Amino acid sequence: MNINEKIDILDILSNLEQYRPRRHGWVWRTPAKKNDYPEYDYSDLGKPLKNSIPLPAAKSFKQIDPQPIQVITTEIASGRFEDDIRRMRMAAWHGADHIMVIRTAGQSHFDGLIEGTPQGIGGVPITRKQLRAQRKALDLIEDEVGRPINYHSYVSGVAGPEIAVLFAEEGVNGAHQDPQYNVLYRNINMIRSFVDAAESKTIMAKFGILQIDGAHNANATAMEAQKVMPELLVQHGINSLFSLKVGMKKDLIALSTVPPIASPAPDLKINLPYAVALRDFFDGFRMRAQMNTKYMESSTREATVTHVLNMVISKLTSADIQSTITPDEGRNVPWHMYNIEACDTAKQTLVGLDGLKELVSVRDDGYMKEMVREIKERSVLFLEEMLSEGGYFNAAQEGFFIDSGYYPERHMDGIKRKIDGGISAGSVYERDKDYFAPVSCHYGYNNVSQYGLKDTDNPSILIGGDTFDVREKIQFIDELDDTDNVVVRLEETKEYRNTFQIRPEVQWLSDSVIVLDMTLPTDVKHASAASLFVAKKMGLMEAEVIHKEILHPSEGTRIQVKGRIDFDIPMDELVIEEEIPSLSDEEIREYIEKHPMKIVAGTVGEDEHSVGLREIIDIKHGGIEKYGIECLYLGTSVPIQKLIDAAIETHADAVLMSTIISHDEIHYKNMKKAHEYAIEKGVRDQLIIISGGTQVQSALAKQAGMDEGFGRGTKGHHVASFLVQAKRGK
Amino acid sequence: MNEKKPRSDDFEVRRTHLQSLSDEALKNRFWSLLEQVVDPMTNLAKNHTTPSIERSVLLRMGFSSLEAKAIVDVVIQQGWMGKGAGHVVYKLSLIKSCSILDAGRRIAMGLDLDLVKKEFEVIR
Repeated sequence: MNINEKIDILDILSNLEQYRPRRHGWVWRTPAKKNDYPEYDYSDLGKPLKNSIPLPAAKSFKQIDPQPIQVITTEIASGRFEDDIRRMRMAAWHGADHIMVIRTAGQSHFDGLIEGTPQGIGGVPITRKQLRAQRKALDLIEDEVGRPINYHSYVSGVAGPEIAVLFAEEGVNGAHQDPQYNVLYRNINMIRSFVDAAESKTIMAKFGILQIDGAHNANATAMEAQKVMPELLVQHGINSLFSLKVGMKKDLIALSTVPPIASPAPDLKINLPYAVALRDFFDGFRMRAQMNTKYMESSTREATVTHVLNMVISKLTSADIQSTITPDEGRNVPWHMYNIEACDTAKQTLVGLDGLKELVSVRDDGYMKEMVREIKERSVLFLEEMLSEGGYFNAAQEGFFIDSGYYPERHMDGIKRKIDGGISAGSVYERDKDYFAPVSCHYGYNNVSQYGLKDTDNPSILIGGDTFDVREKIQFIDELDDTDNVVVRLEETKEYRNTFQIRPEVQWLSDSVIVLDMTLPTDVKHASAASLFVAKKMGLMEAEVIHKEILHPSEGTRIQVKGRIDFDIPMDELVIEEEIPSLSDEEIREYIEKHPMKIVAGTVGEDEHSVGLREIIDIKHGGIEKYGIECLYLGTSVPIQKLIDAAIETHADAVLMSTIISHDEIHYKNMKKAHEYAIEKGVRDQLIIISGGTQVQSALAKQAGMDEGFGRGTKGHHVASFLVQAKRGK
Repeated sequence: MNEKKPRSDDFEVRRTHLQSLSDEALKNRFWSLLEQVVDPMTNLAKNHTTPSIERSVLLRMGFSSLEAKAIVDVVIQQGWMGKGAGHVVYKLSLIKSCSILDAGRRIAMGLDLDLVKKEFEVIR
């Protein structure tokens, strides 16, 4: 795949009937070797990527992009899997190697498999065609970034075993599987859910599919999240032990664990003892650190801080997989940029906390000891009472789960499910003596002896192998609906796909959605209305307030509005700023040796900033002095006239003026002044005048009369390259 | 089933039998109690089946999702879930000496059900 070209969705969709996954099962990150990151002595990193986007600050660190050892999850499911593929590529470049696809609303109640590629709501309809397309795309993407990518969705609902077969056949690497999720949150009959789960887990185990449980949902559902801590241990325990018993390996059973509470509560004081108690009891299992979503509002900043605090706990205890709920989940609009921001937040924090356990340790006395013990004892008491009630099914019927009391306190307001009720009740059948299934990976009783086989034989030999043995036996269904499928959707957006034409987008190709961010000096009610007026006046369609933040009850409100634009961008008419070609150090030095150059420099106006300009000039910062350019530095707050006069007196070739302060466009005004004064003195033609500063844009600087303007990120060799080329031109 | 009354936090009273346990013993107790919760459920799963399990068997035998659904619907109708849907198809393929796919498609269309029925009655 060419990194300068968009991934070709049509190519991905072609020949899917021939596609076969290149591997099965989960892949962890490979620990970094000593010399992988020579710049620093890191303690717990994974191998670097071949292609990636480093953190913004990496600019000051030779563009290094250290990768944490934790697998990083991102959830991508906009309803159109074809557009999600592009987002997956972006996320992989920002460090995600666990791509989780949420299923479309209602799929868990669909009694069977969905086929084709219908559009989803709040997720994607998981089908064979869709899985193949995304897995095929991820093959290309993982080659591009140089690290295996785990693909993940859900083995739950009333069709769990069928989905498990599908996932095994199509090389899906990880899946949520927890019958308790069906029971509590989907009201699917509990007997059906557990019987199905045994079959699903058997299949997942055989194919090395990592399992993530559903316990984190208890936290999100509970009235007071921290009160479900004892029950969370029990829920994790039920699914984990059930999984072990049907043959899953411990290191492919991951607990989806959430720090239950969030600031403004004392986050660590409650979450840390809980995290320690959990890891004590579940030694040897994998930890998937989910982030707290219960208290997420529309503030992406607040969600990010919660995420960071959660990762402090991950690093203080342990995490094998770090989740990154997009910080816009509170708005229910997961967009490209927020997936990317969350991946960067995880990478930045986990690398920043590198080696934390070598620096500090979690106390095991006093408050911590008491709290950890208390949580554990409460969970044991929970189990004791469940058993005295007659076991799991009776307890679930009694409303044991998601009670708002801190067990053994009970408010009797838990979720109650009937043993013989719920969706698909009465759909469990006892196996007869001659029950038989001629396939592999089948859980439980299977009378193979009636057909002359031993218990250790693979029953599928009777039918010449099943689809797990003979892939060619799988039937591929392309589409079942002529109007609701990917081909129709691609046709609708054809003019923007693989063409020069673009529109802004947040989730779907050319969806044309943009966000306005504004502060209005009034109360929140008036600000909301005013923001919509602004949006309308600017021509935004379907404008909607997505975030409000009170700065003061009357002084100001910050508002974010989203809306759609309704025009095409004339791509051919756009003015694209030319980059100044950089010369090699040798070429610059050689030129200066033959044509000695002198410059005069200073920060102009009432401006005391000096660091930036010194970095451009000083030899010790790699500034232009190192090429042999003679520099006369006049200091800060230099009057414009003095700067130009000095250049005239010393017969300098160029003037470098630093303009940091930018209020009221003062920087461009000063540039104009310098330009005009040089004309007045009759030296403008032979004198090169350039300006630099964090707020300087090349085009606007030139408009203000400068030969060139340099903005943020400029280094000495950029300026020297320009000076040499400008001098050649004079 | 009696409606139970809310209960206040009696942790200090209830925990008395746990207090003397070491951390290791408490952990062992947690897992042995879990075992008592989980074992009846895995045993239940061993001896039962569901429409989804049977469809998943048929998928593995090479049927499409549409065919698997149609076959299981017939199997439920005939009261043969206890035999296994894959078994029903396999049985017909033996009787008719035809391929698994042919046999399954015949079942889905409601054909040859009497032949299968006779065979299962012989065994019983």
